[in-house]
Amino acid sequence: MVQPFRRLKESPSQTAGPYVHIGATPNFSGIEGVFPHDLGSLPLPAKAQGRRIIVTGQIFDGGGTPIRDALVEIWQADAQGLYPGPGERRGQADPHFPGWFRQPVDTTTDIYRFETIKPGIVPYFDGRPMAPHISFWIVARGINIGLHTRLYFGDEEEANAADPILARIEHRVRVQTLIAPLSDVGSVPTYTFDIRLQGENETVFFDI
Amino acid sequence: MRNENSTHQGGSFYQRDRSWHPPAFTPNYKTSVLRSPKNALLSLGNTLSEMTGPVFGHGMLGQLDNDLILNYAQSGEPIGPRIIVHGQVLDEDGRPVRGALLEFWQANAGGRYRHRKESYLAAIDPNFGGCGRTITDDEGRYWFRTIKPGPYPWPNGVNDWRPAHIHFSIFGHAFAQRLITQMYFEGDPMIWQCPVVMGIPSREAVEQLVAALDRQATLPMDTMAYKFDIVLRGRRSTLFENRMEGN
Repeated sequence: MVQPFRRLKESPSQTAGPYVHIGATPNFSGIEGVFPHDLGSLPLPAKAQGRRIIVTGQIFDGGGTPIRDALVEIWQADAQGLYPGPGERRGQADPHFPGWFRQPVDTTTDIYRFETIKPGIVPYFDGRPMAPHISFWIVARGINIGLHTRLYFGDEEEANAADPILARIEHRVRVQTLIAPLSDVGSVPTYTFDIRLQGENETVFFDI
Repeated sequence: MRNENSTHQGGSFYQRDRSWHPPAFTPNYKTSVLRSPKNALLSLGNTLSEMTGPVFGHGMLGQLDNDLILNYAQSGEPIGPRIIVHGQVLDEDGRPVRGALLEFWQANAGGRYRHRKESYLAAIDPNFGGCGRTITDDEGRYWFRTIKPGPYPWPNGVNDWRPAHIHFSIFGHAFAQRLITQMYFEGDPMIWQCPVVMGIPSREAVEQLVAALDRQATLPMDTMAYKFDIVLRGRRSTLFENRMEGN
């Protein structure tokens, strides 16, 4: 016999289900008056520093059908590459930039959309720079445990080529599933990031 | 911002035990068939992007956010058994996770959700919205008051019913800890007949999601109580992570 560990097990995940909007975006789902606004849905503050961008796309199932009931959360660094909150010890992030947003897929257009700023460069654990990226977390009915992935920017070819995470993708053809092309160069540039849960061009998802 | 505490000073998170969670592909839960990635997940390890995450202060909470009996009441109180749900949010090392935001949502006592896509015949309760939230205290504890939800049928098999449950969304201290799960009720035989629940590989793991009837927390002649503890991923001490560059 050896000494026992007293560690606990993480609570098992369960699907967010078809009614995730009731809890996460009640105002969007028609339940008004409980919370003043849906958490993570407020527009980007005017004082947030950096280049404003739009990130948008669709989420497809293995049959190629867009998913209408998904919920997307994004988490990213500010324009200087600093994360808001106490977990960041390299400096003080832009106090006007929340870093985290949450949006449901639009139930009629099948599109999700965020207005944010282009993130700066964050170091990998060994100090090498990671290319600018946005962390994504996707939940929906039929997804038993939330899916983590990353958006990289199509106009950051040089930084993407040197990114230590992208470099670890063995099947090089799959790298492009994480790269959002600049689809509109208008006054607020738009990057389109479609996510494919399964099948041809299945998005690379991470065990983080 | 609060949350300036020891768990924020930690390093990377323990590897998630994927054999404890339901796999992506659980064919008896039919919707998972086309929504499950077929490729292996790419093991990323933690970078700053995963070791940080949004934090929420108690100041964002309204007075009735943790009271589902009153937070949507229009003409009276909702119908159904009054319950308190309380518990502690811990990490895998048993340390309290303070400042964790919990969001919860559920059906009413008849098993009906207030949602446009819900088609169950059970009646909408005009006084029940079905959503709430709270933030854990310095000991990781939380509580809220609600109506015990009913079971309801769902279009999976021709005659599948979900056990009574409350959905939980939990934000710990890092994006790596993000979790959504469901709480079930002690003694419900339908737990073991549910294709969503049975996607969890072991009975032991399922039992971790079954809240215990807690007579000590019950308010006499008023409200029954259930205890539901939640465990988020633990993290290494940075003491062991200061390896030399190039290693």
